[in-house]
Amino acid sequence: MRLSKFVPLLAASPFLGGCNLVVMNPAGDIASQQAQLIVYSTILMLIVIVPVMALTVIFAIKYRASNEEAEYQPDWHHSTSLEIVIWSVPMAIILCLAGLTWVATHRLNPYSPLQRISAEKEIEEDHTPLVVQVVAMDWKWLFIYPEQGVASVNELAAPVDRPLKFEITSSTVMNSFFVPALAGQIYAMAGMQTELNAVMNEEGVYDGFSANYSGAGFSHMRFKFHSVDEDGFQNWIATVREGDRPLDRAAFLELDEASIADPVSYYSSVDPELWNAVINLCVDSNDLCQNDMMMVDALGGGGLEGLYLREVFAGICSSSNPTGMLSRIRDSREIAQAGDFPGELSLAGADLASLLRRPAGSGATVPGSGAGSKTDE
Amino acid sequence: MSTETVLEPQDFYVRQAAHDDGEHHHETGTMLGFWIYLMSDCLIFGTLFATYAVLGRNYAAGPSPADLFELDMILLSTFMLLFSSITYGFSVLRMDKGDLRGTLLWLVVTGLFGLAFLGLEILEFSHLWHIGATPMASAFLSSFFTLVGTHGLHVTAGCIWLVVLLVQLGRHGLTHENKRRMMCLSMFWHFLDLIWIGVFSFVYLAGVLV
Amino acid sequence: MAAADYSRWDPLVGKLGWDIFPFHEPVVLVTFIGVVIGGLAVLGALTYFRLWGYLWKEWFTSIDHKKIGIMYMVLALVMFVRGFADALLMRVQQAWTASGGTGYLEPHHYDQIFTAHGMIMIFFVAMPFVTGLMNFVMPLQIGARDVAFPFLNNFSFWLTTSGAVLVMMSLFVGEFSTAGWLAYPPLSGIQFSPSVGVDYYIWALQIAGIGTTLSGINLIVTIVKMRAPGMAYMKMPVFCWTTLCTNILIVATFPILTATLVLLSLDRYLGTHFFTNDLGGNPMMYVNLIWIWGHPEVYILILPIFGVFSEIVATFSGKRLFGYTSMVYATAVIMILSYIVWLHHFFTMGAGANVNSFFGITTMVISIPTGAKMFNWLFTIYKGRIRFEVPMYWTLGFMLTFVIGGMSGVMLAVPPADYVLHNSLFLIAHFHNVIIGGVVFGVFAAMTYWFPKAFGFRLEPFWGKVSFWCWLIGFYLAFMPLYVLGLMGVTRRLSQFEGTIYSAYFVVALAGALFIAFGIAAFLIQIAVSIRNREALRDTTGDPWNGRTLEWSTSSPPPYYNFAFTPKVHRIDAWWHMKQAGYQRPLEGFEPIHMPRYTSTGIVLAGIITVLGFALIWHIWWLAAVTFVFSIGYGIDHTFNYDRDYYVQPDEVAGIEGDRTKLLAAEAVSK
Repeated sequence: MRLSKFVPLLAASPFLGGCNLVVMNPAGDIASQQAQLIVYSTILMLIVIVPVMALTVIFAIKYRASNEEAEYQPDWHHSTSLEIVIWSVPMAIILCLAGLTWVATHRLNPYSPLQRISAEKEIEEDHTPLVVQVVAMDWKWLFIYPEQGVASVNELAAPVDRPLKFEITSSTVMNSFFVPALAGQIYAMAGMQTELNAVMNEEGVYDGFSANYSGAGFSHMRFKFHSVDEDGFQNWIATVREGDRPLDRAAFLELDEASIADPVSYYSSVDPELWNAVINLCVDSNDLCQNDMMMVDALGGGGLEGLYLREVFAGICSSSNPTGMLSRIRDSREIAQAGDFPGELSLAGADLASLLRRPAGSGATVPGSGAGSKTDE
Repeated sequence: MSTETVLEPQDFYVRQAAHDDGEHHHETGTMLGFWIYLMSDCLIFGTLFATYAVLGRNYAAGPSPADLFELDMILLSTFMLLFSSITYGFSVLRMDKGDLRGTLLWLVVTGLFGLAFLGLEILEFSHLWHIGATPMASAFLSSFFTLVGTHGLHVTAGCIWLVVLLVQLGRHGLTHENKRRMMCLSMFWHFLDLIWIGVFSFVYLAGVLV
Repeated sequence: MAAADYSRWDPLVGKLGWDIFPFHEPVVLVTFIGVVIGGLAVLGALTYFRLWGYLWKEWFTSIDHKKIGIMYMVLALVMFVRGFADALLMRVQQAWTASGGTGYLEPHHYDQIFTAHGMIMIFFVAMPFVTGLMNFVMPLQIGARDVAFPFLNNFSFWLTTSGAVLVMMSLFVGEFSTAGWLAYPPLSGIQFSPSVGVDYYIWALQIAGIGTTLSGINLIVTIVKMRAPGMAYMKMPVFCWTTLCTNILIVATFPILTATLVLLSLDRYLGTHFFTNDLGGNPMMYVNLIWIWGHPEVYILILPIFGVFSEIVATFSGKRLFGYTSMVYATAVIMILSYIVWLHHFFTMGAGANVNSFFGITTMVISIPTGAKMFNWLFTIYKGRIRFEVPMYWTLGFMLTFVIGGMSGVMLAVPPADYVLHNSLFLIAHFHNVIIGGVVFGVFAAMTYWFPKAFGFRLEPFWGKVSFWCWLIGFYLAFMPLYVLGLMGVTRRLSQFEGTIYSAYFVVALAGALFIAFGIAAFLIQIAVSIRNREALRDTTGDPWNGRTLEWSTSSPPPYYNFAFTPKVHRIDAWWHMKQAGYQRPLEGFEPIHMPRYTSTGIVLAGIITVLGFALIWHIWWLAAVTFVFSIGYGIDHTFNYDRDYYVQPDEVAGIEGDRTKLLAAEAVSK
């Protein structure tokens, strides 16, 4: 199944000896399948490329001006049969490639749950993937393990052969979460969540980094991915839990300050609300959460008062009757104008905030309109 | 390739080019060129419309079109612009008749309608700004102000052009160049009208009614 | 790093201040001293040889499409040296740090360099190169005397130059953008890029982009309206077809760039929320918009070059182009398809499988017409009589190199494969493979091919061949390692590396870049040597290569009116046909020729607009207002000038044509 092994040969460079083509020879099943696609598409293309290159050289030599013996037909410029060949051969190849692309793109959609652990290993029907929440920051990576309730900076660990589900966002500019040995990359963007399902099949320490340029500290935005067995993973979790360093909103905001080449560090516990606050850009609780804002927008906007008192809508997203809540707030214009509006509603907001208990990941699309749908199906 | 008919050397170049070359050639070229320019301008508006389509409902928990737009005013300014297009048409009709005074007169009327439209737009914008609905308040307002404002800037440019054309017509009369300029501005003016109809129905009507 | 303070503002000088000059960075200081000395030398020489008046009268204010075309090429060459210097700086830094060193460029400086490299190479090198070629060649090929709007042509050129001036200015006044050549927000937004760098980027592009749009309109109208009698569309040279398609692409995409940059500047200047993270902004929309322009842009660069190769292959094979019709259709299909592939630049942004596979497949489909073109060139060579002149070297180099780039492109078009290759050095290798192997090789081929037409003497072939081999070897050395590095998981835009396992590859890539430097040097030497030996290399016939299209029917260089008589076309490859049919130059009966007058409006207006751009970049509002009003007023003033053209009298034409007749006669005798 390791067809990709002979890609170094395809690249046909003798000086490749000894180098580690991690993309062609990865440790994770998804990346392996992606590498195979590279090989297949290369082979398909070579069907055309090789003859073209060969004919170019042959024709150039044969029909050089000094070769008087070669045939010379200055007016020959058309041949229907040749035209059919030169259009249909590439077309046939692209047809094959298109089919391959369609199937592979659907099979390897990073949003879809895994269909197998590896080529040799089936996946269990009712498996639960290990969820890792990834936050790209200036210029470091924060990994939150909601199941284990811990978090780490610039270091990632996961058990071998366990399905992994990464939920990815950014607290800053666009980045791209990429562990070449594991699977392809996916962008990390603020105010929304992208996903990556993957699995690591071999133990080892692998490189991970941001693949999308994000500013001054970009070169150092790297981490190590430790692929370990189940025991190793438990040990790692235990190590992470050792220190008494909780990750709450304050700690997050402190971590969020721009810094370059941060050392690996661990958080022994994580505020369960934090992830939602991060993807909704409201870790600083003075900000109105994106999901609340989107709920208000979906219901027709917050009116002119919303310009000045956005915060009163906090928690509307998770209330049982957002429409009623909105109209209650919007009906309170007079109160607002009288001046005692904020106090009263911040109370209401506090009540509603206690209802904020949503499953992770919901409401994490881009603010607003249709462009936000991250999966188009 | 059966050009069996024998071609003489003089069949390979044009004598007496002068009579159909030059003027005529360039005239049609200008109109075509200006039309292509309008199409490229149309793409700018297309981009802004698309932006509005994507961001137009991101109120950031602030006001929506229903909270802000006053359709009566907009309808009034729409009619200002529509009338200006009609009066421009009258001006062109006078031009075709060779009536300079009539042309100028209708151009002035067109310009006044254009200014009235701009005045109403400035009024609307300053009102919005005054109540805090600035382009900085939400993505909806950003895209609204940009789309409508870009149209307004085009109308402003059209008005300035119109004044320049009035001066040129006054000085040189209905010459070849000036007629061509009349026709270019005509296309520009009607084009802005067309864009406004898009703005009116897509931004204002749809915004208030939905 | 003593960063300048870009938050201060003064009503008189805006954000300017003494700390904005980045001379604390040694690399910049050395460059600055070099530029000052070089600049003074050039200015001094121009003054000493009293060339200012000549340049102003004969070139800067010229609205002759040939001179404007040449000025575009000169601009592109100058900017090419700048862009290449950036490339060398990056190669040295990467080779250094990948070998365990710390490098000599801090991130802030390195990030400016790669941003400038990308932006300059696309907008101020590749674009002026192809625009210059289209300007120079196309009107000659269709038998026209100038473009449709000659003044506009001059103005477009100076707008492009204005953009280039702003970019160059950013080297020493303030700083350039660090946000990458496409300035993705939010990174390019005011929150993450508060300095003037992105503003330099925006205004340089805006000004140059408007010039490009105007030039696009101009060239379309020229082709549609000004073809010689008898030249139906399907009798146009392929280069004219590719020019037409290219300019349609320009007109239909650059406005999108303009609008997108307007939105970005509103975000930066006013604080709107188009592409911000908060208050409803959507950075993904920028990425979409910029690539809706950006992907057709790729074809804007390569299509004219396909035209160039079509001309060269036919000429030097002494044979009519194979499959003209399918060539034309392939060009048109590429033009249309280039609009529906933009999403392949961000498969990894999270679109679903249906969307990704749609755009992946449309991308692959483009390789069908491109492949057909490749075969057409191949079968043009077939049963030809190939003369291995320098342009043909470049063409064969292109055919062998470009297919590799095409192959890697198709690999990148498979979305799951793109997930692992995107943003990697593999991608960098891919697009340099098609841009260098395609556009750059094509431009060198074109410059060698049409040089005698432009200046009346051929380029010395020896140095041309040296340049070619340096470029070819240099290209493979510089970019094949990048393919490998991409497969090793090395991403783009890195200035520091962990460990030294990549060292060998980066060192080889550096060696390749040095080879390319020799190639550029060889080209410049070639020009110098050719100027020295110009009498020996003189082309008196006007048709040095035994050409096929109309530009070879007139003298080298052509008279300013191009053709004493407008040619009449009966067949494709009109000049070839004329030669076969025993065409003879008419020697008498000259008629008045209608020509436009030179004007300084273009350069003056573009100069004012440059100042306007500078004022906007530095937030000097009063200056912006003054220059804005002044430029509008100046433009309006120009419309009051009704005296724009004149007739060249038959006597003058007879004089010029008579000289040529004598020259040709002397040539015939000496043979």
